[in-house]
Amino acid sequence: MEVKTEPFILNMGPQHPSTHGVFRMRVTFDGEVVVDMEPIFGYLHRGIEKLAETRTYAQFIPLTDRLFYLASMAQNHPYVLAVEKLADIPVPERAEYLRVIMDELMRISSHLMAVGFFTNDLGCSVFTPLLYMYREREKILDLFEMVCGQRLTYNYMRVGGLSQDVPQEFMPALKRFVAEMPGFIDEYDQLLAENEILLARTKGVGILPRELAINASASGPVLRASGVKWDIRKADPYSVYDRFDFDIPTGEVGDNYDRYRVRIEEMRQSLRILNQAIEQLPEGEVRAKVPHLLRPPAGEAYGRIETPQGELGFYLVSDNSIAPYRLHVRAPSLINLTALRDMVVGWKLADAIATFGSIDICVAEVDR
Amino acid sequence: MELWPLDNYWAHFGLFAVIIIVFVLMGVMAYIYVERRAFGPFQLRWGPNRAGPFGILQPVADAIKVLLKEDIVPNKADKWVHWLAPVVVFLPILMILAVVPFHEGHGLVPDLNVGILYVVAISALGVVGIFMAGWASNNKYSLISAMRAIAAMISYEIPLVLSIIGVVLITGSLSMNDIVAGHTIPFFLLTPLGFLIFLLSAMSEINRGPFDLMEADSEIVAGFHIEYSGMKFAMFYLAEYGHALVMSAIAAILFFRGWEGPGSEYIGVLWFLVKTLFIFVVLIWMRVTFPRLRIDQLMAFAWKFLFPLALINLLVVGAEVVALEEIPWWVLFVNFAVAFVLILLWSKFFKLGGGRVEVKV
Repeated sequence: MEVKTEPFILNMGPQHPSTHGVFRMRVTFDGEVVVDMEPIFGYLHRGIEKLAETRTYAQFIPLTDRLFYLASMAQNHPYVLAVEKLADIPVPERAEYLRVIMDELMRISSHLMAVGFFTNDLGCSVFTPLLYMYREREKILDLFEMVCGQRLTYNYMRVGGLSQDVPQEFMPALKRFVAEMPGFIDEYDQLLAENEILLARTKGVGILPRELAINASASGPVLRASGVKWDIRKADPYSVYDRFDFDIPTGEVGDNYDRYRVRIEEMRQSLRILNQAIEQLPEGEVRAKVPHLLRPPAGEAYGRIETPQGELGFYLVSDNSIAPYRLHVRAPSLINLTALRDMVVGWKLADAIATFGSIDICVAEVDR
Repeated sequence: MELWPLDNYWAHFGLFAVIIIVFVLMGVMAYIYVERRAFGPFQLRWGPNRAGPFGILQPVADAIKVLLKEDIVPNKADKWVHWLAPVVVFLPILMILAVVPFHEGHGLVPDLNVGILYVVAISALGVVGIFMAGWASNNKYSLISAMRAIAAMISYEIPLVLSIIGVVLITGSLSMNDIVAGHTIPFFLLTPLGFLIFLLSAMSEINRGPFDLMEADSEIVAGFHIEYSGMKFAMFYLAEYGHALVMSAIAAILFFRGWEGPGSEYIGVLWFLVKTLFIFVVLIWMRVTFPRLRIDQLMAFAWKFLFPLALINLLVVGAEVVALEEIPWWVLFVNFAVAFVLILLWSKFFKLGGGRVEVKV
């Protein structure tokens, strides 16, 4: 006997505890099954790209912090990279190494948050795994506070280097952190990856096939979980990444479990990079001589790095004035999100939320 | 044992009516406090420690806050049903506690001869209130939650009853006094499988732990009580913890020998409370540790895992009761072995829930 049911539309968001900000999904359900899903963006649009046109090159750096605010340090980097390309400014080697250290610390912190919020979306609704992740994130934030005095929006990188050198107590604290962190990652992995409910909820759920991931121009852990070995740190090395020895972890099927797995492995690889960077860190200046009011020659430049979410790129056009003529941000969360519909259709309501959480977005970056 | 220990029926009724209401209110407050305090160490934090010594007044502060909130009824809500639902959810708790003996022969109805049957029947009533709330709120999240509640309650009622029947078979009585008296060794040791099934089904019944699908704050926000505020919300809150209180009290009687324990017989009530609290702490532990199941996994777990295991458990216990005149203590090892083998077998061949559904777009 066929029961006739009628689909209904549910607006999940913009106010919903699991939409990571003010994201809105217009979902058509048939009972609990997702029949159709339409992501709706724009509730947090602040016109950051337009704002850049009214600011000097240096003044825009604090605004990049406001993109993906759980990984602000990594948002500074591609912008200053683009300006340095545009104006052809050399960066001291020590600054390059410190930038790598900051990026990798940021990656660990951001992935901790991604995994923590993912388990939250899976229904650890009393926040237990997330609060464990916060413990380690606190240590990273303490390190950042040492170098720049801020805990959320760092504004640490400058055109031609960094705002200041790291203080004396930074390196011992960093070494201590790098030494004890692998134990904590193993602990999380054991607690989470051997949990039957978590496996049942994530394995095979929300699959993003390899072809679709490439066609959707996905990047970062979302792309790598689908089995594509693509990481800008290896494919187009920036800064000093070509001097480090590390692997690119990839998944096999591209389900929620693989995305979780890839993030855990990437944290381990980041620690490897950190170890090498600490060893190789040279002495010297951290900031090149840069004029206060930068007037890059007319032209264009594209700076991109591998942020924790994927390829973040800043496309800058200069008309030889003190402000950019045009700025465009290639936001990885937005582009990773475009494949969401294909990942959730046919799954249940709970899976839609979990899959969405596994992409790791921040609406501030999606809407800009 | 006489039926009305306090001679006068009305004196007895009045006294125990007050005792039960105070017990529910104090018990719920204690539960809320214990849970929030226990969450602290589980989550690397302190938990409430500001209101009063060790934060002991936190539930009072919460109650005052909730009482002062404005009571909002949605515009398109079904006003009467919306008003009635919290009452209907809360009522079964008082009705169940009316027959729960706190000590041998002490209760509002001291020795109901169909006690457990009555408890099972009444505890299923709460879902009516939940469905009323979900329907009357005129909210899609609430409606999904109400549907989930009905599905889960009906499914988990069956293994719950089957696991209780195992205990009833051994003691040969439905009266809770007789069940406690019939304990030779605690039944959670004698029928470990039955106890596990009871605990898991009870967790789903009382909407806690990994089975809290009808609340599911990361998916359907808060489910059936999303449109409630003020005192009505407090009633739902009270009912949630009240159900936990009742279920752990029933578990203490069925599987932990109720008020029996070492020491003077006057501290029997104390033993009963301690055992109730112990079961609640186990529930807290599970809630704080596990992610939530999906709805199809929840149903599969009830029908493909708990239901057959409960039937086999019933068969084994029944065979033991028939074959052996009086259950000797070594049966415990047989039952442990049976439970171990069955769980191992089922976890090897049992798949949790379905996969992707093909949809025509």
